[in-house]
Amino acid sequence: MVSPQTMRAVRESGAVPNAPYLLEIKNARKEFPGVVALDDVSLQLRRGTVHALMGENGAGKSTLMKIIAGIYVPDSGTVTLRGVPIRLKSPLDALENGIAMIHQELNLMPFMSVAENIWIRREPLTRFGFVDHRQLNRQTEELFTRLNIDIDPEVQVSTLSVASRQMVEIAKAVSYDSDVLIMDEPTSALTETEVAHLFAIIRDLRSQGIGIIYITHKMNELFEIADEFSVFRDGRYIGTHLSTDVTRDEIIRMMVGREITQLFPKEVVPIGEVVLSVKDLALNGVFSDITFDVRAGEILGIAGLVGSGRSNVAETIFGVTPASSGTISINGQPVDISSPTVAIQHGMAFITEDRKETGCLLSLDIQENMQLAVLQDNYTRFGFVTQNKLSAVCEEMSQKLRVKTPSLDERVENLSGGNQQKVLIGRWLLTNPKILILDEPTRGIDVGAKAEIHKLVTQLARQGVAVIMISSELPEVLGMSDRIMVMHHGRATGILDRAEADQVKIMDLAAR
Amino acid sequence: MTTTSESLAPPRVRRRKLPTELSILLVLVGIALTFELLGWIFVGQSFLMNQQRLTIMILQVSVVGIIAVGVTQVIITGGIDLSSGSVVGMTAMIAASFAQSADWARPVYPALVGLPVFIPLVVGLAIGTLAGVINGSLISYTKIPPFIATLGMMVSARGVAKWYTKGQPVSGLTPEFNFIGFGIWPVVIFLGVALIFHIALRYTRYGKFTYAIGANPQAARVSGINIEKHLIKVYAIAGMLAGLAGLVTAARAQTAQAGMGVMYELDAIAAAVIGGTSLAGGQGRITGTVIGTIILGTMTSGFTFLRIDAYYQEIIKGMIIVAAVVADQYRQRKRKKV
Repeated sequence: MVSPQTMRAVRESGAVPNAPYLLEIKNARKEFPGVVALDDVSLQLRRGTVHALMGENGAGKSTLMKIIAGIYVPDSGTVTLRGVPIRLKSPLDALENGIAMIHQELNLMPFMSVAENIWIRREPLTRFGFVDHRQLNRQTEELFTRLNIDIDPEVQVSTLSVASRQMVEIAKAVSYDSDVLIMDEPTSALTETEVAHLFAIIRDLRSQGIGIIYITHKMNELFEIADEFSVFRDGRYIGTHLSTDVTRDEIIRMMVGREITQLFPKEVVPIGEVVLSVKDLALNGVFSDITFDVRAGEILGIAGLVGSGRSNVAETIFGVTPASSGTISINGQPVDISSPTVAIQHGMAFITEDRKETGCLLSLDIQENMQLAVLQDNYTRFGFVTQNKLSAVCEEMSQKLRVKTPSLDERVENLSGGNQQKVLIGRWLLTNPKILILDEPTRGIDVGAKAEIHKLVTQLARQGVAVIMISSELPEVLGMSDRIMVMHHGRATGILDRAEADQVKIMDLAAR
Repeated sequence: MTTTSESLAPPRVRRRKLPTELSILLVLVGIALTFELLGWIFVGQSFLMNQQRLTIMILQVSVVGIIAVGVTQVIITGGIDLSSGSVVGMTAMIAASFAQSADWARPVYPALVGLPVFIPLVVGLAIGTLAGVINGSLISYTKIPPFIATLGMMVSARGVAKWYTKGQPVSGLTPEFNFIGFGIWPVVIFLGVALIFHIALRYTRYGKFTYAIGANPQAARVSGINIEKHLIKVYAIAGMLAGLAGLVTAARAQTAQAGMGVMYELDAIAAAVIGGTSLAGGQGRITGTVIGTIILGTMTSGFTFLRIDAYYQEIIKGMIIVAAVVADQYRQRKRKKV
């Protein structure tokens, strides 16, 4: 083993051994109490390449990545950096060795400036030991110019959009002069244009000889940006291929170990009467002039860039932020949706965008999570909860949705993203909704669970539920919807029929 | 491959939960046995084999226990109530002024002496509930943090207690009123209140909403729960229980003083936290709080039994409270990793 100090000395002297790989992991194994998270996993990262890690949730990608970033120490196996074996003990250790990780959950301090965030712990000082803010901002600007990022270094991070924060995170990682960059689903909160910008940055970094480990669930990103990819399944390494060598179906097969022939099983179902009708709906300063109908059995997709007001429209229809003007009618009757309670009484259900923030009760168990929305009306007598009846329906629901868990007593924080989402869907299906609003129903969940959720939504439509589905994934919107409303800057720029809709038309409406 | 994994799905029985209080109960047993052992070594007598001592021990903490039952519910919603100690003093003073007997020389309201006992009781509970409603409304509708709202109430309620008789104690209470503080009654009230709210938290909609709000207020709101209304209910209950504690305190002392209940809020919070209630909200149980309360009582009683100086008692008590929470954090982290 070589200490980080020695490594740094070797790096600085320029006498980097002529290693075939920038980073090599051999036979890594990591066990947690009761689980083998990684079993005999190997990975080779070449200089100047983007190497994607693919696999369902729980496949071991995150564990592997955390080993590379120094967060976990492997139980066995070796990590070789530039031909020299190393043993990383902490994230700081990794940083000093030129390995930087951009986390999925952003780790910026919201009430400090962009520049302060980037150079934290490495602030340039004046002669008297104070932080040299001028130099700090100059350094940041240089960095941003290099990366072609347009953000004011002095502005507080809390005022930035998610996309801009992501860029700041990337700039921070680059500022360590890292050779190895790890990106964990960097595009999950970005819109198409922002993704394009991110990819331009990645290509630029790649041409500078940096090796990038890129974790993603999105197949099209793989083909667009990755040179190579490795697939994992259940903690085991399945294989590494050039991304030009394989087809989408082959990758999915490697990931799930089974065939998913059609990702978006659209089924034509009879479309009924108008259930929900929205007219000239507006929320001051956020969106205006929103008019659409949804019929029983119909799936209305809402597309648009992040920040175009899609989620706000959903929240307003559901009464989270009541409308400032316009009318909402249900079955032809105008209704005043002043709170979520009223919305639920009118047969609406709303699966929100952010599972952790507005969906799950993480510290409580599956049943407590599932029964939450039905405690209002049924299942209580004189204020007492009819526990046996509730347990039975929750049990039935979780069987039906195939929630993978040993029992309903499992805390929701211990479930994978896909299973959490199923629990939330279960919560709302118990209310027997007539109108179902889904906001990014498959964000950050694995391919298998995604397909199950799509199938379920189709099934609900067949039963006559009117569905509104917001999604940033164009293939999903296109595959599932009967009609697609596209939003841009708080306005609906068009409603497309299934037959006429395609990616180009949607993007054209979304970005005009 | 997929078919086998489906057919091998583990049996989905809703198994009975292992009580999380078990570990706290073990702590209590450990502390008690330690005192027992030290008692034989240093004092030459048994700590536990003394019914009188055990009775006094629980009696001493039952007032804090009554408050802790309310505070636990507040903490489960993710809030905190600093005002309960002051509400004890305020309700003790005001209720006692309606409980003075006719033969007392200087009553607060000479026209209102010798009233039936239910009047001071209702007044006391109402005053406590009112304080709680004010706390809850401030938190719900002005969105100020519970810490600040109840801090304000803590200072003001103490002020009311002092202003009410310009600092004079209220004495000469009727025997009927004093009865609720007589003998074992405070313990009965404490355990009765604990039982009621244990059931309320576990088996009623009120309880489910309380946990849901603490676990994730946004999710609770989207699920149709009126958070504002519910929080007012929870703080009102906490206030009412503080009022009840004030009644018991005054009845036990057979007099009311403006300084009653000082620092009780902190003991109550300590009891809840030792009992496993998470300050982050969403977790906690009344059974744990009852055990936490008894742990506090055992420590006070045990130190006195060992004739340890009162100064040391406080120093050690502080350390034990912190140690209990550290141990709990550690336990939680371990569970999460599995």
